[in-house]
Amino acid sequence: MKIEIDRINKSFGSVRANVDISLSVDEGTIHGLLGENGAGKTTLMKVLSGYLQPDAGEIRIDGHPVAFQSPAEAISHGIGMLHQDPLDVPALSVLDNFALGLNRGFWQRRSRLRHQFFSLCLRFGLKLQPDEPLANLTVGERQQLELVRLLALGVRVIILDEPTTGISEPQKVLLFETLHRLADEGLTVIFVSHKLDDVDALCSRASVLRAGRLAGERPAPLERDQLVELMFGHAVTAPAYVSACGDRVVLQAQGLVVHSHLLELEPIDLQACAGEVIGLAGLEGSGQRLFMEACAGIRQPRHGSLLLNGENLAGAPYSRFLERNVAYVPASRLEEGLVSGLTIREHFVLVAQKRGFMVDWDAAGSNAAARIAEYSVVGTPESRVEELSGGNQQRALLSMLPDQLALLMLDHPTRGLDLGSAIWVWQQLHERCERGTVILFTSTDLDELVDNSDRIMVFSGGKVSSPVSSAEVTREELGYMIGGVNL
Amino acid sequence: MQSGVVIETIRSVVASSTPLVFAGIGELLTERSGITNLSLDGSILVTAMAGFALAYATGSVLLGFMLAMLVGALIALLVASSSIYLNQDQVAIGLVLTLLMTEVSSFVGRPFVRVPGPSVPSWSLPVLSEIPVVGPIFFDQNILVYLGYVLTIGAWVWLYHTLPGLKMRAVGERPEAAFARGVPVNRLRLLYSALGGALVGAAGAAYSLNVKLGWSHKHTAGMGWIALAIVIFAGWHPLRVVLGAYLFAALKSLGSLLQPVYPNVPTQVFQAAPFALMIIALLLVSRDLGGLERRVPARLAPMVRAVIHGSAPAGLGKRFEQG
Amino acid sequence: MNARSLWSRLALGTLPFLLTLATSTLIIVLMGADPFEAFGNLIGGAYESWSKVADIGMAMVPLMLAAAGMLITFAAGLWNIGVEGQMLAGALMTTWVVQSVDAPAPIMLPLTILAGMAGGALWGVLIGALRTYGHVNEIFAGLGLNFVGSALTNYLIFGPWKPPGGATMSGTEPFARAAWMPTIGNTRASWLALLLAGFAILVVYVILRNTRWGLMLKAIGLNATAAHRLGIDTNRHLILAIMACGALAGLGGSMQTTAIYHRLIPQITGGNGYLAQLVVLLSGLRAQWVPLVVLFFASMQVGSPRLELRMQLDSSLGGVVQGTVVLFFLLVSGIRQRLDARSR
Repeated sequence: MKIEIDRINKSFGSVRANVDISLSVDEGTIHGLLGENGAGKTTLMKVLSGYLQPDAGEIRIDGHPVAFQSPAEAISHGIGMLHQDPLDVPALSVLDNFALGLNRGFWQRRSRLRHQFFSLCLRFGLKLQPDEPLANLTVGERQQLELVRLLALGVRVIILDEPTTGISEPQKVLLFETLHRLADEGLTVIFVSHKLDDVDALCSRASVLRAGRLAGERPAPLERDQLVELMFGHAVTAPAYVSACGDRVVLQAQGLVVHSHLLELEPIDLQACAGEVIGLAGLEGSGQRLFMEACAGIRQPRHGSLLLNGENLAGAPYSRFLERNVAYVPASRLEEGLVSGLTIREHFVLVAQKRGFMVDWDAAGSNAAARIAEYSVVGTPESRVEELSGGNQQRALLSMLPDQLALLMLDHPTRGLDLGSAIWVWQQLHERCERGTVILFTSTDLDELVDNSDRIMVFSGGKVSSPVSSAEVTREELGYMIGGVNL
Repeated sequence: MQSGVVIETIRSVVASSTPLVFAGIGELLTERSGITNLSLDGSILVTAMAGFALAYATGSVLLGFMLAMLVGALIALLVASSSIYLNQDQVAIGLVLTLLMTEVSSFVGRPFVRVPGPSVPSWSLPVLSEIPVVGPIFFDQNILVYLGYVLTIGAWVWLYHTLPGLKMRAVGERPEAAFARGVPVNRLRLLYSALGGALVGAAGAAYSLNVKLGWSHKHTAGMGWIALAIVIFAGWHPLRVVLGAYLFAALKSLGSLLQPVYPNVPTQVFQAAPFALMIIALLLVSRDLGGLERRVPARLAPMVRAVIHGSAPAGLGKRFEQG
Repeated sequence: MNARSLWSRLALGTLPFLLTLATSTLIIVLMGADPFEAFGNLIGGAYESWSKVADIGMAMVPLMLAAAGMLITFAAGLWNIGVEGQMLAGALMTTWVVQSVDAPAPIMLPLTILAGMAGGALWGVLIGALRTYGHVNEIFAGLGLNFVGSALTNYLIFGPWKPPGGATMSGTEPFARAAWMPTIGNTRASWLALLLAGFAILVVYVILRNTRWGLMLKAIGLNATAAHRLGIDTNRHLILAIMACGALAGLGGSMQTTAIYHRLIPQITGGNGYLAQLVVLLSGLRAQWVPLVVLFFASMQVGSPRLELRMQLDSSLGGVVQGTVVLFFLLVSGIRQRLDARSR
């Protein structure tokens, strides 16, 4: 099936996500859709797969125009999408998720479903347990299930949105093998990513989006520099990172045992010096966040000690951590970090060091304005935080932190950010390191981990590796360690 | 105590638990699809009144039930559509409707206060009611009780063994995922709200035409809240809803049983007991129980979690916008 | 403000009342009565004399206090249905103090005020603890305790606190004169009660608009997780909020005994706790609208009994009107939001 996208336009309020995009995808190929975060790739694919309706433009399959009102309709025409966060139901079992949407009959014919499920898994070398609750699966396994489900529905075009984020190296290898096999069988694969290396390795042709428009297209063999130029409009070099690690031990975790109702980690030992950056690597849900929450005072460790500048803070209330200049920046900014509905000025009132009973709105306003200028936030003190873009929300969050911090934890500091904002964030963070702050951060982007950390700890299956120097490990090795393979 | 009295007591518990079974299962269906219908207390009041009024006027218990079910469905639809189409908070609308319907029931029901009216005839099932012990308890009742059994088992089968039931669970847990799989999310939510509301209406009529005959000011006050608590306490599972209904009915029977035995205990203790029990029951299901989940094999963990935390449908109370 | 939005604001303001008028008329007609006569009695019953106006003033007091309290808990994102129980607790605590202490008015009155606030605040701590440490939703905790409180009140009235002549529906013995709130001249209206109620709503307005605590509560209500991350002790402040509401509501309940009935009766709160919810919703959660809405509701309360007297209509018509107005208000707001979103 040949897919033609003709001058698609889609806006959300004042944000123009897709502007006059036209491109075509040939049958039986793996076609890459490149672009940095915010370029409009996901929106375009959501339109193609029927999840969203375009404001203008047309989609044609084999020359016939189609207009999908829902994803189900798109699937009936053979187009299916695997979302970055798979749209499945964690509360149901694997088999239930597989059955949902198959739409045949009234009674759940368990035996027939199982048979179908097993044969598809066998065909693609996947090992999935049908009765397992979906919540137990890793992101990679959930992807595999979605893929199997879409194939069972007979789709001929599969769209994958950022599939390599958050999966281990072994899972990635399996995925690429599967995709090649599908293409050989005549299916069309559209691979959406911001990672040049993956697109390079996989695709026979790449279309590049930038700021909502099509910047260009290139066939294989793909040249990195050309693609970078198309993606960003100019050559990009991230500033070289110089370690600011001092020799004074600031943070010391000894035998720290952290747990949640799902997971208990092995005891962790860590010694971090002033200005050091420790990256926490691992699949989502492997405990990196638990460890950081314990270091931030949000979660009580079960055993062990946590010494900050010699003082044992394990078990202390969150307020004590704040007093000792510890801060935690969460991954989901609007859900956990900022209060949607309040303005920037109001946030500054809440985090102010001087706490009066009555609010001095003027002082808060000028303080907010000063910080906004300092951190280049596109907004005013009266802007509501939910109106800011992702990058500006992160800037706003960072601007609310105290100037001098002993320990700073960040959960996915550049998730969803465009490259410019991402570079700026790390500039800020390295400046803090030079002032002596210890930084712990987690990311599923292996490049980010290797480029910015002094040392990296790998979290996998409840175990935590001792820190390895980032200079001594490659991305592939990291990917395998995350997958549980001991090197 | 003689066995005859015990059997009779259990029998009356089963009989008097019927309205809570209807209301509990009805609300379970509504909530499983993602809508919280907090108007239950007011709904049961107004449907009890309406059902009785029509039954009294026409002499037909059946017509009374039908009106009650219609009214119950309409109220539930109001809650659901104000959330889906008008973006209103389900809790706010539910609470306002509770208060409003309570007043409406008093106002419109005035002429029917303490008026004797028709009731549901008893119907002893042949053969089955002859079984020793179990027979008289479960099968020497009336049609409402039997319908209650059918309803419970039907709900259980529906939820866990049919495809439409699977779709409903998906809608309640993660509407975006259900939508991506071709399930008409909001349409189903409206449907199950109406269905659940109709069952709540039947519960109301079951009070005024069977369990607590007649009508009076604030006749069934508090029962709607108990039904809501039962759904939470039962972890949104039909079989446990019935257990909860039996539990509360038993408490009420216990009250009338124990009062003559302990005349010094003030009657208000027995009045307050169901609500104190409600709080205690909710306390119990909300505890963490020392990380029990981590100690069981991974396969069982979600099940254990469901029992302890009574996993609410993850999408409960949240709006879903299509497209 | 352009002409279009002015029209829509007018519509939002009046449409609910018009719709309520229509539906209430329908219900009255269905009951076989004359709507004009019914509304005439409702309003006439409220405003027929200065004495009645004084009654309206007094009816406003507990409602205003409870509504002021609920504004605080609403800001913090709580559905504090337990307000009814908090009012009861205040009334009970006050009755206990009045029955135990014998003192002249200048000591007695402040004592009753403190007792009312303390009773309501303690009841609030109970609800807060159940929510925070027992993880019981405050709706169910509050509601369950409302019924428990009601049963407790009845027990006390018909038991240990029954008057020497025997227990009746009239409640306890009348309070000692020292515990009667001072009135304006010969009317039943107490200037102290009215003053306290007005002061309460003013204080709440200032708290929510201009204090750090008010902003913290607002943050907790909007996003408790983020508020916690920003350094706000959410558990502590939620309990404080419920206590503050309890103090005000408890004072309201206390006033019902010391300023209106001068004794403890069954149904002492008159459903004001539940009514306060409606008031707050109809005021759009804004303190500045509360007095007007409370006036409207209180007029209904005072006017309704006449319906029973003269027309054989249940006095709950007042409640029907109140509930219907709020319902239509919410629905019309929703429609307006939809239209706004679409036009953007």
